[in-house]
Amino acid sequence: MTGESLVFGVSGTFAVIGALGLVVSRKAVHSALWVAFAMINIAVLYFSLEAPFLGTIQIIVYTGAIMMMFLFVLMMVGVDSSDSLIETIKGQRLLASLFGLTFGAMLIGAITSSLASPSAGLSGANANSGGHIQAIASLIFRDYVFAFEALSAVLITAAVGSIILAHNERWAPRKTQDQMQRERTLGTHVTPLPAPGVLASTNAVDTPALLPDGSISTTSLPGSFGIKGQVDTARGITEEGK
Amino acid sequence: MNPNNYLVLAAIIFTIGAYGVLVRRNAIIVFLSVELMLNAANLAFVAAARNSGTLDGVVAAFFVMVVAAAEVVVGLAIIVTIFRTRRSASIDEASLMKY
Repeated sequence: MTGESLVFGVSGTFAVIGALGLVVSRKAVHSALWVAFAMINIAVLYFSLEAPFLGTIQIIVYTGAIMMMFLFVLMMVGVDSSDSLIETIKGQRLLASLFGLTFGAMLIGAITSSLASPSAGLSGANANSGGHIQAIASLIFRDYVFAFEALSAVLITAAVGSIILAHNERWAPRKTQDQMQRERTLGTHVTPLPAPGVLASTNAVDTPALLPDGSISTTSLPGSFGIKGQVDTARGITEEGK
Repeated sequence: MNPNNYLVLAAIIFTIGAYGVLVRRNAIIVFLSVELMLNAANLAFVAAARNSGTLDGVVAAFFVMVVAAAEVVVGLAIIVTIFRTRRSASIDEASLMKY
């Protein structure tokens, strides 16, 4: 057993396990972490395929930047958002598995029935330009320079487009310091709002402070928690407090 | 080792990603499945590059990564916008155009 086939066996299995974890796990955060796991294993496969540059880029760009951006958005959308298992289209799951099995069997059949020529290896291509990075650079900046320039335009357009899409228009004019001062001193709440609960069992930002009668103080929580229904009700504590 | 093994692995991962797109209904998980399919295509590119002994496949995979980064930025911005108006990331609820 050569080293390459050993790496392929281990990392390939792990990549498939990560891909299956994405499909199986119900919570979106778990799916994202499974995909990160699969992508790191695919990076290992790139290293064993004589493409160390691409393996590094895979770890830095994919698992480092793209997956972390997915996690950022998951935090915004709500970590607890999980799929319901009720089918909205009847028989969708069955048809999808049927399609997946047929499609996979077709692809694998086509690949395995083709003749496997012995791998040429990249050492010759690397030696022509004096190194792996030099060879890739000469391809990107000489042969594919037009595609490279077009991709830079695509990236700029995507950045501008995402800013436009995610931008929130301000409907009311910004409050002046004078107005904020008036609201604070003339409003119903002169003192600062209460801090979240610091209790013997929990001490977290989603734990509400308890009022003297044992009920929950809603003003002690950041505003976004109420919308997502992520408030820890501190049930046992309120029972004792009564 | 048979160089076709890498292509078979890429086909398996691609199929799992396609199944995820078809079955899951959380928009972010669907999007993650698309990313997985792109990764499988990249793996096939790199394996083919090594088979043929030229670096063009490696450069193609590099370009795919750049396009994927741009696509993720725009797609996540769209998901955030939909979430802001509907308070849900389920793709079943964004069906206003149907009626």
